[in-house]
Amino acid sequence: MAPRFEARIRIRSDADIVAARRQGRALAEQMGFSSTDVTVIATAISEVARNIVQYAREGEVVVSATREDGRDGLTIVARDQGPGIADVVKAMQPGYSTANSLGLGLPGARRLMDDFEISSRVGEGTTVTMTKWQR
Amino acid sequence: MRVPILKQGEYLIASIQSALTDQELSQLKDDLLDHAGRTRARGVVVDVTVLDVMDSFAARTLRSLAHMLDLLGAATVVVGIQPEVAFAMVQLGLTLEGVSTALDLEEGLAFLQAKAA
Amino acid sequence: MSSKPKPLPQPPPESTAALLRELVAHLRENRIQLREEWVRRITESKLLTAMTREEIFAEATSVYDNYVEVLETGSVEALQTYARNLSERIIPRGVETHEVVGIVLLLRDVLARSLFRKYQGDFELLNRVLDAYEPAANRIANTVAVSFVEERERTIRLQQEAIRELSTPVLQVRERMLILPIIGVLDSQRARQLTEQLLRGIRANRAKVVVIDITGVPSVDSTAANHLVQTVEASRLMGARVIVTGLSSEVAQTLVTIGVELGKINAVGDLQSGMEEAERLLGYRVILEESAA
Repeated sequence: MAPRFEARIRIRSDADIVAARRQGRALAEQMGFSSTDVTVIATAISEVARNIVQYAREGEVVVSATREDGRDGLTIVARDQGPGIADVVKAMQPGYSTANSLGLGLPGARRLMDDFEISSRVGEGTTVTMTKWQR
Repeated sequence: MRVPILKQGEYLIASIQSALTDQELSQLKDDLLDHAGRTRARGVVVDVTVLDVMDSFAARTLRSLAHMLDLLGAATVVVGIQPEVAFAMVQLGLTLEGVSTALDLEEGLAFLQAKAA
Repeated sequence: MSSKPKPLPQPPPESTAALLRELVAHLRENRIQLREEWVRRITESKLLTAMTREEIFAEATSVYDNYVEVLETGSVEALQTYARNLSERIIPRGVETHEVVGIVLLLRDVLARSLFRKYQGDFELLNRVLDAYEPAANRIANTVAVSFVEERERTIRLQQEAIRELSTPVLQVRERMLILPIIGVLDSQRARQLTEQLLRGIRANRAKVVVIDITGVPSVDSTAANHLVQTVEASRLMGARVIVTGLSSEVAQTLVTIGVELGKINAVGDLQSGMEEAERLLGYRVILEESAA
């Protein structure tokens, strides 16, 4: 189903990470998520946006309000044309890292959100799509 | 924006005023290490009350700050983590192991004093 | 080369839309009478018995108009919104799903009969009218039923949450000390709700020590234990120490064997000793101890 609201944030520096999570927070609040879920969503955005800055240098984060089977959800798409991930399964294990981080980013974001999908191709880039549903 | 660092007796207080970028947070870490080294502070309070997100980068930076301050002979206490933030951090697997915590600035200073006594 | 147009033997291809337009006009024209008939059939079928006749009539009018509008515009959005509002109003009065489905099916029937009367002279036209009407009518029935069920589920969820909220009180027993007695199964949703409540309680009461008593949790498996560890860790991030009481040594042993990190949990036998330990952490001195010293 087509999103009813959508905000697109270009990610090129660490200041954009702050901007992205601010947008996500605003939308989550507007949609009526609990204050805990608002924080959880903002934190997940922070992780995937930082992943872009660290590994791909630039990309975008799109936050949107979606509706499926009568449920409202907030969907975050983080997209880049960076180097891509050779072994996605491995990258999703906590502790995995390539650029000197703790590697909590992606597996952490998955734990924070309800739905999480990642697709990546070496040399082409990575797309993470994740959704939090309203309870 | 640089985070102001106040000196109160033997302690340093860094009160974060707004959301910080990674760079600003790293800057705060460097500033605190620098101040602590020069003033021979015995303790440092980092007040994060206004932070509405604490992600893996922030947690990692605070942990490494605490470890380095420890090497300089100063204790670190992070104060003011909000209920929602604490909840999200634990879900993310961030527990600030090795870093002391307290409810607010007042408690943080009391903690440092009790530790020194 | 215009001559008098002969009556077309076959309708043009865009007939469905045209038929629906004609149908809408018919339903608008006979609004009063058809609505009356519908309400009468509702009452006869003993549906919506929790509502007065005036209420039924008022809602029936709105549903009828929304119904015709869907046939006209093809968009169910307004009907959906109305159906949600309606459900919100009638669910607390005990209206059941079968009643809501029943009245919509009745309306479909009332309208179909009316079309039948109007077009019975031309059997083929009647068939085409019904072919155009049926899918739209089914879609409407579906929309109303789904909206009602969704609203009902939402209501039940809210009630469950309210009950849960009541069943896990965070008690302040002393200044800066909270007790959280957990009674019942500690599943993910409950653990989450309980943790949120505790963390807010820590902030509001400026708590330094929390005693979580799990004597009332029937089975502490690895899932429940991991939730407990998370609650303890989140409390610590806020600056509060947690003491867990009521965790039997057998259970503790089992948990350690299956790999739950209990090292982070300060466990004390029973609630009484837990509270004494909490007081000690707060710096209270028990009088007996002092006089003995």
